[in-house]
Amino acid sequence: MSEGDEFAVATAGLTKRFSAQVAVNAIDLLVPRGSVYGFLGPNGSGKTTTIRMLLGLIRPTSGHHRLLGKAMPHNSGQVLPLVGSLVEGPAFHPYLTARANLQRLDSVDRHADPRTTKARVDGALDRVGLLAAADKKYRAYSLGMRQRLAIAGTLLAPRELLVLDEPTNGLDPQGTREVRHLIGSLADDGATVLVSSHLLSEVEQVCTHIGVMHVGRLLTQGPIAEVRAVSEPRARVETDRPADAATVLRALGLTDIAIESGVVVGTLGALVPDKIVAALVHAGVPVTGFAVTQPSLEDLFVSLTGEGFNVSG
Amino acid sequence: MSAAELATSPAARPLRHRPLRHRPLRHRPLRHVSTRFLRSELRLIFGRRRNQAGLGVLAVVPLILAITVTVSTPRPGHGPDFLASITSNGLFVALSSLSIELTLFLPLAVGTIAGDSIAGEANIGTLRYLLAVPVHRTRLLAVKFAAITIFSLVATLWVSLVGVAAGLALFGGGEMTMLSGGQIGMGPAVLRVVMATVYLGLCFASLGAIGLFISTLTEQPIGATIAVVILNVMSFILDSIPQLSWLHEWLPTHWWMAFGDFFRDPVAWDGLIRGLLTAAGYALVFWLAAWARFSDKDVTG
Ligand SMILES: Nc1ncnc2c1ncn2[C@@H]1O[C@H](COP(=O)(O)OP(=O)(O)OP(=O)(O)O)[C@@H](O)[C@H]1O
Ligand SMILES: [Mg+2]
Repeated sequence: MSEGDEFAVATAGLTKRFSAQVAVNAIDLLVPRGSVYGFLGPNGSGKTTTIRMLLGLIRPTSGHHRLLGKAMPHNSGQVLPLVGSLVEGPAFHPYLTARANLQRLDSVDRHADPRTTKARVDGALDRVGLLAAADKKYRAYSLGMRQRLAIAGTLLAPRELLVLDEPTNGLDPQGTREVRHLIGSLADDGATVLVSSHLLSEVEQVCTHIGVMHVGRLLTQGPIAEVRAVSEPRARVETDRPADAATVLRALGLTDIAIESGVVVGTLGALVPDKIVAALVHAGVPVTGFAVTQPSLEDLFVSLTGEGFNVSG
Repeated sequence: MSAAELATSPAARPLRHRPLRHRPLRHRPLRHVSTRFLRSELRLIFGRRRNQAGLGVLAVVPLILAITVTVSTPRPGHGPDFLASITSNGLFVALSSLSIELTLFLPLAVGTIAGDSIAGEANIGTLRYLLAVPVHRTRLLAVKFAAITIFSLVATLWVSLVGVAAGLALFGGGEMTMLSGGQIGMGPAVLRVVMATVYLGLCFASLGAIGLFISTLTEQPIGATIAVVILNVMSFILDSIPQLSWLHEWLPTHWWMAFGDFFRDPVAWDGLIRGLLTAAGYALVFWLAAWARFSDKDVTG
């Protein structure tokens, strides 16, 4: 199997330097075919810039990439008709209706069959729940409706790859859930989905793979379980004698032990959790609660990209 | 993480690695020739309220002209060449209107459409979605310029049409007395009005090519429009400075007034041909400049 068959997106050293800064720094993004790849990263970490390069909207400073096995941007005429994309929010003509906007998009696509335009446009509108509002002017659309319309735009034709930059931005809970189902059903159809998002719980629910960007670098990527495995499970002991409990845990070989009021937490390492309670009881430390917690994706995300709220300049 | 590692590592959930149900492109053959994009472009231009209002304003000049002349006949020797002849033949309303509107109104109308062409799409962000469809950048510029050209022809014909209609209604038609003295029948006269109008429409389209180029430089459509109008006015100003006479024949607007040469007997083709060549030259150079600028420009809007 050639590399082209294996990865829907493969970049090598992809870099974008704007005059003031390196927005994307030599990333090797690998999105396996058939995966739902969550592309994570704080604001300004370079996700949208990467997506723009993938679609050929901006020219990489260095590096190259392939989409669906074909070198870009050389083959964009062949590849992009198979790619549905949402880049940095919706954009439509404000004084046209939603339907007219989709028809406009369809009419510039030389692969689209004009005889089926009406059916496809209505089908796409229906799929995002906008059919009833199809004849409203885009100007009169709410944020979430605009976002839905942009998603409808990606559904005008059958796709092998969807590149969705924050598709759930501005959506209500129903809309968010619908998008999740949509991504699932697209993936079931065999499409690959690259989805950038801040909503980590979203990503956890739909993605098979994740990649984490930070200040232009791809810190980690891979199957979601594998990436999470990097952060080891921690044991959490509730007790009224935390100091003694900490001593026992340390003796058992737990690391990174933290004592809070009435709670001791430590990283398990290779230890089997069962032994801990036994050892604590044996040492006469009263245990009122015990749990082994896998850090959430959010914990992982914060541990990778730092606590700070400030956007990296 | 290397490609090999990624490929062999176990996934959290099994990849839904099924073959695609549909083989999209086999069902979606490429249409080599399609006018859909151009038609969509024209619908955008002519469907837009602002542009309809603009066309309305363009029609006001021939109407005002026809009505005011009915009220008080201009004395000979004042105003544009054609104005004095209006009462003799309604067709002159169209020609007078063209000569009035060619200095500012028609260039402004064409400049608005041209300024909008790329910058307008960039400004509202639709440019990135067009390119992602994908629309090849060269094709985009070709279709945009075709639409600008059609708009300039339509806008100029529209002014003529309103002028002819108002003129014939108020002053009637009949034999037309030419600028060179002789007379031609109504049929040939109408034909010459059409030719003069198309000539001017093509001249304005070359200004539109300059606008297309400027439109690739900015994301502010209004800015591009203003730049076109300023260039147009500058060209007229330079054309009126005698010390710059060596420059005059190269100015984009210099040959526009030659449209009057259609109303000599025989037609004075020299100036008209120079005018068409100048227009073609400007159109070609600025379309290529737009292409050079836009073909590898970063679209970040
Ligand atoms: N056209 C541009 N010119 C200069 N700098 C830019 C440009 N576009 C993006 N940048 C910079 O590149 C960096 C990455 O921006 P990008 O939009 O890719 O971030 P992001 O990960 O998509 O962020 P967010 O989550 O907020 O959407 C930012 O620091 C941004 O300021
Ligand atoms: Mg972004």
